[in-house]
Amino acid sequence: MSTPIVVQDLTKRFGDFAAVDDVSFTAPAGAVTALLGPSGSGKSTVLRMIAGLEIPTAGRIFMGEEELTAKSVQDRGVGFVFQHYALFRHMTVSQNVEFGLRVRKESAASRRARVDELLELVQLSNFAGRYPDQLSGGQRQRVALARALAPRPEVLLLDEPFGALDAKVRQDLRRWLDELHRELGVTSLLVTHDQEEALELANQVVVMHEGRVEQVGAPAVIYDDPATPFVAGFVGAANVLHGQVREGHVHLGAFRLPGADHLDEGVAATAFVRPHDVRVAADQGGDARAVVERVATLGWLARLTLTLDGGETVVAHVPHGELHGAKEGDLIWLDLRNPKAFVRPETAADEGATIAPEEVPAS
Amino acid sequence: MMASVAQRLRYRDTSSRGSPPRTAAVARHLALRGAAILYLGLIVVLPVLAVIREGFAGGLAALREALAIPYAWDAIRLTLITSILAAVINAVMGTALAYVLVRFRFPGRRVLSSVVDLPLAIPTLVTGLMLVSLYGPNGAIGGWLAERGIQVVFTKFAVLLALLVVTLPLVVRQVMPVLQELDPAEEEAASTLGANAWTSFRRVVLPAVRPAVVGGTLLTFARCLGEFGSVVLISGNLPGKTLTAPVFIFQLANQFRPAEAAAVATLLFALAFVLVLVTARLTRRREDA
Amino acid sequence: MSAVAARDAVPTDLERARRRRRLVRSLLVIGCVGYVAVLLLLPLIGIIRTALEPGVGIVRETLTLPEVRHAFYLTGIITVITVVVTTVFGLIVAWVLVRQRFHGRAVMNALVDLPFALSPVTVGLACVLLFGANGWFNEFFAARGIQIIFAVPAMVLVTIFICVPFTIRELVPVLEEIGLDEEDASRTLGASLWQTFFKVTLPNIRWALGYGVALTTARAIGEIGAVLIVSGLIKGKTETATIFIFTAIEERQTAEAFVVALVLAAISIVLLVLLEAFRRRSEKGRGHTT
Repeated sequence: MSTPIVVQDLTKRFGDFAAVDDVSFTAPAGAVTALLGPSGSGKSTVLRMIAGLEIPTAGRIFMGEEELTAKSVQDRGVGFVFQHYALFRHMTVSQNVEFGLRVRKESAASRRARVDELLELVQLSNFAGRYPDQLSGGQRQRVALARALAPRPEVLLLDEPFGALDAKVRQDLRRWLDELHRELGVTSLLVTHDQEEALELANQVVVMHEGRVEQVGAPAVIYDDPATPFVAGFVGAANVLHGQVREGHVHLGAFRLPGADHLDEGVAATAFVRPHDVRVAADQGGDARAVVERVATLGWLARLTLTLDGGETVVAHVPHGELHGAKEGDLIWLDLRNPKAFVRPETAADEGATIAPEEVPAS
Repeated sequence: MMASVAQRLRYRDTSSRGSPPRTAAVARHLALRGAAILYLGLIVVLPVLAVIREGFAGGLAALREALAIPYAWDAIRLTLITSILAAVINAVMGTALAYVLVRFRFPGRRVLSSVVDLPLAIPTLVTGLMLVSLYGPNGAIGGWLAERGIQVVFTKFAVLLALLVVTLPLVVRQVMPVLQELDPAEEEAASTLGANAWTSFRRVVLPAVRPAVVGGTLLTFARCLGEFGSVVLISGNLPGKTLTAPVFIFQLANQFRPAEAAAVATLLFALAFVLVLVTARLTRRREDA
Repeated sequence: MSAVAARDAVPTDLERARRRRRLVRSLLVIGCVGYVAVLLLLPLIGIIRTALEPGVGIVRETLTLPEVRHAFYLTGIITVITVVVTTVFGLIVAWVLVRQRFHGRAVMNALVDLPFALSPVTVGLACVLLFGANGWFNEFFAARGIQIIFAVPAMVLVTIFICVPFTIRELVPVLEEIGLDEEDASRTLGASLWQTFFKVTLPNIRWALGYGVALTTARAIGEIGAVLIVSGLIKGKTETATIFIFTAIEERQTAEAFVVALVLAAISIVLLVLLEAFRRRSEKGRGHTT
């Protein structure tokens, strides 16, 4: 039941506007591939084209050996889970789940067996006779999943499945989906704008921005080795520092950061440093000097808001034990580790602003 | 840009890529659209074109001649005045009714709400007979008034009465949903800020329901201009006195004078159209301001 | 006012204000109920009284008259045809308006509302202009021996014209609110377009559809202005129930007229009950509550 999905040069235009521009990637068989990007990046459109709900302007889609591009939605054999559940409101839970089987004219007995099997899988066996408006958001999404899985699809497509749910429910379902996938092993394609979700659930992440693919890779690679400034800024929080390349370093006023060997001399560059890679130097001397503006205690972490000599703001996540007595108003030395340098993008970002939402990693 | 993308995605994607299932789907879509166009074109457009063409056949001169037909202008004027009056009264009473039905609790509220909808279901001719049976010389109220020398039927007032009955639900049904959506907390907030009930109604409720009231009033007006069934039995159709334009047009058509009937009908329609446009523009400008 | 005096004055002021508010409320309610009573409730009682004045037996007498039976029969036929045509095509038009995008969509939308803007009398007139003696289509049909005007076909056509907007106006908001998601889901699960329509879309719109059908029925039964002009008033052949009332009044058969009117009023009340039931179900299904 494991088939890979291959997408080739997929494009979708609306007049002059390209919602999806030349997107290619492979979703490996049996794995979870996340399509990650901000709203408007085209990720949902890609998913809907794979399902057949939208028609590509150009490009091809394959499921294993079969080409899907010309096939109608009904014939593709994909399971689709919608952000707002799309449960059939006038049918009970079991009627919803068996819908795909009824369409295939399966016998009542085999339908019943399959529905029971799936309801047990999603832990809603006692809800078979309920109607969607009697269920909570999380329960509805589990029914939607059961319904999509009932006809044994080769591929499962999920369009921001937890987007409409509360934070706690979202986390629970995320964990639950992870276990479900381990058990079933269906090739899954998950669209999300939540990078934490992508990093936690996916075997492979496709980062999208403005209709194009920025990077494809395993979560660790995306996080540690971003290929473009967008990925560096979007995945995980990052401090953004602008400077100029000289002798393989990015020079920012009074100090410099390594890691710019791949860039041309004299080019304007941007360096990304993760907040947890900003450390308080044990003794005098380090990569840069800064004034401590604020110290916020976040559980086991301290979040330091710092101002560098050149005026740039930098945020550091430092475990309490490694603060070395730094307090508000102190002038301290910092170690900036693992900087990623890129040629400075055309669109100007605020100097030294952290551009990804700051989520304190759960302890 | 994102909103327009989302908007485009809301509709069925009918771009074709040449494959058989897609072409079949596109053909289905176009067939449906064609059926819709054919239905509306034949049933709605054709008759309207016929009237307009006939009405304007003689140009503006013919319209002026139509006005010159004896009692034509009286009929049109009566129709216009009673329609405007009915629209204004309905606007006030309809809003009051809607407010009472939504905000107050009293025994029989559900029944009242259903009764208000009755004119939607009842034939207009039956409405006319209902009014005659009560306000005619033999009716309970009509007889009582006749003894005091007041006549209701066969007067201009009868025309207005009939119009009020028939259009009763029109404003109420437009305003009620808006009031239901309106949070009573807004009026409560106004009263904590010192507004008395009338001020809070004027400042909080009225602006919110104004579009619905205007819409309902225009509907009322349009309906009154063309009302036939309820008026024809109760007004007596006295030429120059209680003869309304729709009844007049009916009489002309029955006398096999379709050309003149079309002229009067077109004139009435044109006048109504202008009035509606002016009202709509006036209200829109005040909303923009 | 001193602080002490103010404290004493507040309770009575509040009481007075409350009492005033309650008075105003009661007046408003009474005023509105009175308005509706004077316009509708009392006349309804009036017609029941007037119709039954000659005794309850008049009802059976009237309803056994052949022309009355034919009148109801004709009203029934016209209504059924109108409801079927406007429902089927109304579904199509509503679907096209909500689910398709094309140039001229706004025009189509306006066309749907056009029948509201015309007097029924004008509609009858239009029919005469199209199919009458010098009408556009007269030759075409006359040559084939088909009688349109002053016969049932014309009456059906004008009734359809007048009833066009009702079903469409009820379906459009519901179709818009329901959105595409359930239909998309149905297709991903393998259902064809027909299957999707019957199993998913139709159940979702059934109450709005019922409301539109009931409204159309009421309007078709009650039509007078247009059918009167195109019917030719051929007794026993082209008289609907409403036309019968009209001619009966003209010919001083008031007792029969009132009985038929009463029957129509009773039918309307039944339809009204249905309308309310459908509206409540429809709003519940969409998540609103009155």
